Amino acid sequence: MTKQIIIPFGPQHPVLPEPIHLDLVLEDEKVIEAIPSIGYIHRGFEKLVEKREFTEYVYVAERTCGICSFIHGLTYCQGIEEIMKVEVPERALFLRTIWSEYSRLHSHLLWLGCFADSFGFENLFMNAWRIRERILDVMEQTTGGRVIQGSCKIGGVRKDIIGEKLDQMSKDLDSIQQELEELTNVFLRDASIRHRLKNVGVLSRDDAYSCGAVGPTARGSGVSYDMRKTGYAAYGKLNLETVTESDGDCYARCTVRCRELFTSIDLIKQAIRKIPDGPVDVKVTGAPDGEYFARSEQPRGELVHYIKGNGTKFLVRSRIRTPTLTNIPPLVKMLQGCELADVPVIVLSIDPCISCTER
Amino acid sequence: MAFFEMAKTALRTVLQRPATIRYPAEPAKKTPLTRGHVIIDESRCISCGTCQRKCPSQAILLQKEEKTWQIDRFRCVVCNSCVDTCPVKCLTMDPQYTAPAVSCGVEIVTITYVKPVKTVDIGETPA
Amino acid sequence: MTSEEQLTMPIEVGQLIGRVEQHKQEGYRLVQIGCTKTGDVYEINYSFDKDFVFRNLRVTVTGETEVPSISGMYWGAFVYENEMHDLFGIQVKGMNIDFKGNFIRTSIKYPFGAAIPKGEKP
Repeated sequence: MTKQIIIPFGPQHPVLPEPIHLDLVLEDEKVIEAIPSIGYIHRGFEKLVEKREFTEYVYVAERTCGICSFIHGLTYCQGIEEIMKVEVPERALFLRTIWSEYSRLHSHLLWLGCFADSFGFENLFMNAWRIRERILDVMEQTTGGRVIQGSCKIGGVRKDIIGEKLDQMSKDLDSIQQELEELTNVFLRDASIRHRLKNVGVLSRDDAYSCGAVGPTARGSGVSYDMRKTGYAAYGKLNLETVTESDGDCYARCTVRCRELFTSIDLIKQAIRKIPDGPVDVKVTGAPDGEYFARSEQPRGELVHYIKGNGTKFLVRSRIRTPTLTNIPPLVKMLQGCELADVPVIVLSIDPCISCTER
Repeated sequence: MAFFEMAKTALRTVLQRPATIRYPAEPAKKTPLTRGHVIIDESRCISCGTCQRKCPSQAILLQKEEKTWQIDRFRCVVCNSCVDTCPVKCLTMDPQYTAPAVSCGVEIVTITYVKPVKTVDIGETPA
Repeated sequence: MTSEEQLTMPIEVGQLIGRVEQHKQEGYRLVQIGCTKTGDVYEINYSFDKDFVFRNLRVTVTGETEVPSISGMYWGAFVYENEMHDLFGIQVKGMNIDFKGNFIRTSIKYPFGAAIPKGEKP
């Protein structure tokens, strides 16, 4: 039997944007087992819900993550609205959808950049982030914040987008789409990238399902599972096609995200075409009494906000289950049997967002 | 399968102007909606304390006796909550971000609002 | 608002393994395991999903009860069970990867569980 050695990977590692620690058990260059451990940046702010009024907790919920902040706020608001039976105006639902999709665009572009960085393609990384900047500009122009939008509130949204701005956004998306085509072409067709990603970190369909993989990690393995299909916000009124790939390797996960960029653009354009006129918020009175599991699709996968209120202004419990937490077991499965040199690429391929995971 | 897919983009970027801004020399991008920092019009504040109660990060402290409004810029998360809830709209959001500072501390503003008195003789408009 | 039906079934700790096994057989996916402290007892929610149908099993336990692990059926359940142990102090028996309280390292032991006595250090 070959001698086994343990190599610690992280919490500080050049490819990791955030701290996660993996103990890699190696036989020669082959990873036999990987043991994850988190907890380097646990903030415990699920506990903060007992000290902040439920209306103010929106701002806290939004700061769960610096990348998909809008969708956190949205999911929390949906949970409260569901408990309190608040009817949100149609226009607000469409605006939420538009911002959600912009968040997805910016998150996927950020990931593509980081991913390019993980296999050593710095130039591509810079290019991905340059396009992302244009998305962030639109976010700032419409909500006032680049990454923390703060535009969702219980009962609607805080900001409206005027008609001319919507038309201009739609036009801008056309040119962004062109740039994206050029960018994704490099990811999907370049020989060196294909060589680096093909058959690396394969996750079978069964493993993806039984380990509870979500989002692009699951869809890359052929599990057609997208929470947007439940039709929350205005997704029910838009035509959405779920992107799936069947190979389950890093290349498939990359392809899913690249193709999702274009579905997002398509969804925004559809939403801009169909958006109705009207108010953007309703007044909410009272306090939530009851519980609900609000679910939505984040760029990284399915997000669950469990909200339990007891009729006072302070909630009893808010539990946030972020997609990265569920994607850790599939990651451990992927790492079993891979080469040591592939570990950084595989870890990055699930789009780990550790701050999210630790709340 | 293709080789040098990136070449076209890379060549074009060499010839283009940089996508970045030379930040301290050139000002940072901002839009009319940008949340930079909160400013108060001390002559209109009625000391109701709504901003303090609605602040999710407890950055604002209003002292009614001393007539001061203070904000800890390092606690403030610039969420716009105080601006939205202020009943007299004396708080506004300035698009300029706060300047970097070398020490923590609070910013204290003395409220100069004088409640208008209704009687004609001694009545005077607030400054 | 599209309302989603969410069925919650309260069950006993003893029934847990059987019911989870049944869900696994029916092809449900484990969505999450979450713990809530209500008064002196802890509610543990086991959420499942199949084709966007949401089901929830609820076990109510006291701090001393040992909960059997479901990681034998759902391999990925260890993250939630370790989290539950580290934050709430609930003892979970038979996890496939047991971190023994080191999954989330907190400065205060079981921060979400019992009321924290002041000045106590782990």
